Amino acid sequence: MTEQTELEEILPLPEAALHILMALAEDDRHGYAIIQDVAQRTRGEVKLGPGTLYRSIQRMLEQGLIEETRERPAPELDDERRRYYRITPLGKAAARAEARRLAGLVRLARASGFAPKAT
Amino acid sequence: MRVYRLLLHLYPSSFRAEYGEEMRAIFTKKWREASSALPWLALFLSAFADVLGNALRAHAELLRQDMRYTLRTLARSPGFAATVIVVTALGVGATTATFSIADHVLLRPLPFRDPNRLVKLWQSDSHLSYRNELSPANYRDWKRLSTSFEAMGTYGSLSANLVGEGEPARVSGAAVEVDLFAVLAARPALGRSLVASDNRAGAPGAVILSDGLWRTRFGGNTGILGRKILLDDEPFTVVGVMPRGFDFPTRDAELWTAIRLNEQNYADRGDTWLYAVAKLKRGVALEQARNEMRLISAQLERAYPKENARVEAMVNRLRDEISTQSRLLITALFGAALGVLLIACTNLANLLLARALARRKELAVRTAMGAGRQRLARQLITESLILAFAGGVLGLALAAAAVPLAASLIPHSLPISEVPRMDLSMLLFALFLTGVTGIGFGVTPALRACAAAETGALREGPRVGVERRTERLRAMLVVAEVTASVALLIGSGLLLRALWRLQSVDPGFRSARVLTMRTTLPLPRYAQTQRRVVLYRRVLADIRALPGVSNASYTSGLPMVMRGGIWGVTLEGQPEDRTEARPVSLRFVTPGYFDTLKIPRLAGRDVAETDTHEAPFVAVVSESLARRCWPGENPLGRRIKVATKNREVVGVVGDVRVRGLEQTSEPQVYLPYQQVDDNAIVGYIPKDLVVRITLPPAALLPAIRATVAKADSQLPISAVRMLSDIIDDDTAPRQVQLRVLVGFAVVAFLLAGIGIYGLLAVTVSHRAREIGVRMALGAGAGTILRMVLRQGTVLAAAGVLLGAGLAYAAGRAMQALLAGVSPADVPTFAAAIALSFAMTLVGSLVPAVRAARLDPVIIMRTE
Repeated sequence: MTEQTELEEILPLPEAALHILMALAEDDRHGYAIIQDVAQRTRGEVKLGPGTLYRSIQRMLEQGLIEETRERPAPELDDERRRYYRITPLGKAAARAEARRLAGLVRLARASGFAPKAT
Repeated sequence: MRVYRLLLHLYPSSFRAEYGEEMRAIFTKKWREASSALPWLALFLSAFADVLGNALRAHAELLRQDMRYTLRTLARSPGFAATVIVVTALGVGATTATFSIADHVLLRPLPFRDPNRLVKLWQSDSHLSYRNELSPANYRDWKRLSTSFEAMGTYGSLSANLVGEGEPARVSGAAVEVDLFAVLAARPALGRSLVASDNRAGAPGAVILSDGLWRTRFGGNTGILGRKILLDDEPFTVVGVMPRGFDFPTRDAELWTAIRLNEQNYADRGDTWLYAVAKLKRGVALEQARNEMRLISAQLERAYPKENARVEAMVNRLRDEISTQSRLLITALFGAALGVLLIACTNLANLLLARALARRKELAVRTAMGAGRQRLARQLITESLILAFAGGVLGLALAAAAVPLAASLIPHSLPISEVPRMDLSMLLFALFLTGVTGIGFGVTPALRACAAAETGALREGPRVGVERRTERLRAMLVVAEVTASVALLIGSGLLLRALWRLQSVDPGFRSARVLTMRTTLPLPRYAQTQRRVVLYRRVLADIRALPGVSNASYTSGLPMVMRGGIWGVTLEGQPEDRTEARPVSLRFVTPGYFDTLKIPRLAGRDVAETDTHEAPFVAVVSESLARRCWPGENPLGRRIKVATKNREVVGVVGDVRVRGLEQTSEPQVYLPYQQVDDNAIVGYIPKDLVVRITLPPAALLPAIRATVAKADSQLPISAVRMLSDIIDDDTAPRQVQLRVLVGFAVVAFLLAGIGIYGLLAVTVSHRAREIGVRMALGAGAGTILRMVLRQGTVLAAAGVLLGAGLAYAAGRAMQALLAGVSPADVPTFAAAIALSFAMTLVGSLVPAVRAARLDPVIIMRTE
């Protein structure tokens, strides 16, 4: 399967999935860190519940958007129970494609007068 | 914290195992961060919502996965899938169809308001076990004196020639007292109900039509109200149309007129022809009403010691107006259907077990790859549920198609429709059965299979423990199948023998090639005997002249159609007390009736054209009456009093089964059609035409119709049938029941055969190694063959033994249906047992031969 067709099957991404990908864009993170990062980034507007988080993670693992990493942080920061997740190339491509899709949507909405003109 | 852990159990276990720990850790952290009651509450509520929503979605996702996987695996083994679906469909279909009939006839409340308070009243004899309609005078007194009932209404049966719209037609219904509609709480869908003034003599005639008659004959035209129609030449105004589903007194009712009782009607307490229905007062028990009616009967007996001697009121729930035989027929069928369902289920369990064993390796691989036991079981159960659901849908379709075919099982004595409508209860029942089969018989195999997978099936070799247990379970299932199929075989065998016995009963006449039809003469036009005589003579002469007709005549009623028509006969000189009268079935006939039906004439003569109203009154009696009244003496020349006149016996004929093949009939008395006073005993006016023919009926019917129309163009011809069909109809419910039962038995039999085959085939392939070792140690092919056959035979023998016992018990319970065939009928049992063993042999032969042909060298090498 080419990456293109693979992407077509995945898109559009659920909102939670896009937030998780954004949280993992720079760093590998464990579950709780993802929740905190998303909350911070959205100034507390989006609060992922653990259920939503791990169900999304399970699906994204299956789809190959993220992977579990074996590299652990320095032992003094680590907790044995935690699992760390990392974004894959496919995950990056998916996030980009989703952002493009959303941008296009906003452009169309703007043309119809539903959104303020870009400054 | 503990609560959260419990909440996590809502997730699928695989999800919980993977992420539960971390989710709890996150929750703990948040809990610590929150410091006071309000944030705790908020945290808890959001956690609750989070778990609930996501757990549901996670389950749905797994279900979707499992379904995809199931459809893929099933597509790879379509034979297995088709077998399971068809087996389920047969079980669910048979049970649902019979359930909906049983529910319709036996269980469901009647379609009236407060159906449990409705009762039907009869006049019965306190010494003899029979019941009669009510005489108008008794009805009036019962109604006046009783206090147990909220309302009581009466009706008489009504049957009239309808003229005015299209061809004249024969319609039937009831002439009702207005109160009857109050008892039933029935209102017309269109127009008005009957009112008290309609019951008064001299009021203009008013009629209410049934929905069916209104639609078929008047095109459902709402302008029908106020239209005039002629019933037996009398004008009636259509005042209303009843709603669909109003089937009172029976589903054949097409119209209702107001009954008019005059003083003349009240004069004779012995003239019983009214039916009565009443509604118990709220809070009055049936037994209370019975007690009250017993007191009233006793009071009336004291007041009218002669007419009301031994007359007692019988009060039955309207719901229970159904013969023991109908009840038994349906109960037996339902029992049989449950048997089929049981067999289907055991077969399913066996199929699924065998499949699970065959898939052991696949399951083991998936276990090795990390699928938990619960995850596997969940997937297997999803698979069996999908199969069961497909089977259930097919079964429901089968049931819906089959139910109308069994319509003749619905008794005519209840005011219910002919075919049960497919409704929610039928759907729920089918769903319930499907769920039970899917879960009940899918779970065990699934758990077994997972246990097998866990014990490490990847490793080849003997896995004795699990397999032995599974095999024992499967053997038990096969024994259950054989048991049920033997019981069904014997049950249908017994009923088949009963049917044969009934069909070989001599009805007393030759029914072949006799065409019958009804031409009811409308009153009052034909109230004068002489007018009728002219018509009969003309019609009969013309019909006899037709080519292809060898004889023709008229009678008051056909045997097995008019089952009543009972009159008391007293010997001349005896007191005319009703306790002394012998009940006989009375018919007025034209000359030639006995020859037309080939009823044997044993002594004396037929009624004759010379037996006019002016000539001496005569009668022809049946053999049994002669024997009872004058044992050992010559009956000819004796005098009897019947139908209000003294008459001389001039002939003796053979007895006829007037009441049908199964019931005992009263002796018969035949009277000449001319010897009746004008306007008297109108219920016995000859109306049924019987024609013995030598050509096909279709070739003759137009000419016969033309002949009748030429004599009176307003005479409708109805109920055209061959006499042989009437006899067939007498056993129709039995035939339908038997056909259904034989169908069930065949299905059961085949399923049991498949079960035995399946069990042995799997066993042989599992024991291949053992067999190989035996052969290597010198066992011949014959020994191996016998070994496998023996296993099949032992199972069959156990099943046959249990099944025969069960069948005997069932036979005893339904002895009333067996028409004298013993519930331990040896030929039936022998045949069923022989069939079962033959089936076992056929089922075991293929696996046995396969076992005997095994090559020990190859087996040992692969092991």
